[in-house]
Amino acid sequence: MMEFYLPIAELPVNIWLIVGMSAVVGFISGLFGVGGGFLITPLLIFLGIPPAVAVASVSTQIAASSLTALIAYWKRRALDIKLGMVLLSGSSIGTVGGVITFNALRRVGQLDLTIGVSYVLLLGSIGILMLYESLKAVRAGRSGIALKRSRIGNHPWYFGLPLRMRFPASGLYISAIPLLVMSLIIGFFGALLGIGGGFMIVPALIYLFRVPTMMVVGTSMFQILFSMSGATMLHATTNHSVDFVLALFLIVGGVFGAQFGARAGRHLKGEQFRLLLALIVLAVAFRFLGDLILKPEDVFSLSASVHTIAGAGQ
Amino acid sequence: MSGIPALLALLAGISIFTGPVRAESLIISLSSPHVAITSTYIGTDLVIFGVIGRDQASATRSEHYDIVVSARGPRRHMVVREKASFGPFWVNQHDQKFTFVPVTMAVASNRPLDEITSPDMQSRYQLGLNSAIITKDRRDDHFAQALIRIKERDKLYDYLPHHVEFITPNVFKAVIPVPARAPIGLYDVEVALLSDSVRLASQSTHFEVIKIGFEQDVAEAARLHGWLYGFAALLMAGLFGWLATIIFRRD
Repeated sequence: MMEFYLPIAELPVNIWLIVGMSAVVGFISGLFGVGGGFLITPLLIFLGIPPAVAVASVSTQIAASSLTALIAYWKRRALDIKLGMVLLSGSSIGTVGGVITFNALRRVGQLDLTIGVSYVLLLGSIGILMLYESLKAVRAGRSGIALKRSRIGNHPWYFGLPLRMRFPASGLYISAIPLLVMSLIIGFFGALLGIGGGFMIVPALIYLFRVPTMMVVGTSMFQILFSMSGATMLHATTNHSVDFVLALFLIVGGVFGAQFGARAGRHLKGEQFRLLLALIVLAVAFRFLGDLILKPEDVFSLSASVHTIAGAGQ
Repeated sequence: MSGIPALLALLAGISIFTGPVRAESLIISLSSPHVAITSTYIGTDLVIFGVIGRDQASATRSEHYDIVVSARGPRRHMVVREKASFGPFWVNQHDQKFTFVPVTMAVASNRPLDEITSPDMQSRYQLGLNSAIITKDRRDDHFAQALIRIKERDKLYDYLPHHVEFITPNVFKAVIPVPARAPIGLYDVEVALLSDSVRLASQSTHFEVIKIGFEQDVAEAARLHGWLYGFAALLMAGLFGWLATIIFRRD
């Protein structure tokens, strides 16, 4: 018997199932520099783990796997700390707004719908954009035509807004305002959807800010490490929903998976990398779309009442 | 679960069972007053033994006895939501709140409840899974039925006809399952004695589901020392994250 009773989630789980699942997600996470939360959180909830415990424990695991990946990218100098710090400050503010919205929607009973629609819209639009762009790049690469590279003078308007900062590691000199706005929005949706938001940051940095692809992953990992460490402390001190044992199983699978992923990523070409990530993102979007438009097996669902019976909620 | 000591204790108790009883009476004993949750817990069974005491008036009666055992877990407020199609989407549209619903429930009897007594009497005596929902909440039976159906599907509610066994005409044994996802807390066990669809006696007892050892330590640390617990979780995350890079350092 490889069942283990989780002390906070309060149910027995199969150890190998959890470790195996997190190893696969960890591989994807290390490969693409995304936290992997958008993959593993829905899987855990599907296994019957209470959503609050799943979200909290996954944040601990993502902290661990992003540290592993970060060390690997750090050694290759594929990391822009200054850019990471700017992103972190924006996403911290967005996270607070996301948590407040999360609780409000849960009270109204439309959290599932919001999460479903948000996943479909975010993942769907990002996935389609990336797929289109990377297919074009792959085809161009195959036919031997060099794609036109963006040069000075060809920058989007928001690069020139006030508060310009120099990011030598990425070779950028751009305004901090669009960076802050983007990371704020990503922090908001990250907290709302119970995910790190790496799958949004990576394409945004590549397409909107033209950060070199090899810098993007390390920088995204840097931001994720700190925001997920913060999330772990927040969950542990406010709703006590971090399950140490679940986090341990997730970490053991995740860190090793991420390590292999980071190695495999070295041999991937930029456009192949983007094409694969696009396909994964689209696959998850389709899964959520299916949940929204297919007739559910049971139209009824049961959940714990958020309100106390005296109506004294909040 | 070892029920033999409980049975012996119970049979010993019969000899000192005296007092002014007018009809049938019921004595029950549970195999254990608590269920301990350890790391290897995947659900368990409790055994309940009972003896039907009869006085002079009832001794001559020769009816068939029926036993219904109801075990109810800690109570919580719950919401049942119903999805309906809204354009191309399936969206939660209607809901109903239920108060003080047992998180888990097991109903065991010696034969199907409908053979023991009528549906009306079942609800009056609070027998069966339907009794999980208190009457004032039963505005729309759709939602109440959905709640019970979902609970049964999740293996939290269990209706077990034929799970009460008569060892002798006056001594019975019932097996109560405690599911893997049983919450921590106090569980009520109610035993009803019926004959000819009328309740003759009822008796109740309790057991408690508790975490012990490692499970208890972790749960307490999380609840009482949030900062330290969160810091320890991060330390573990950092250690494993760093360890993985050491193990994988080949170049």
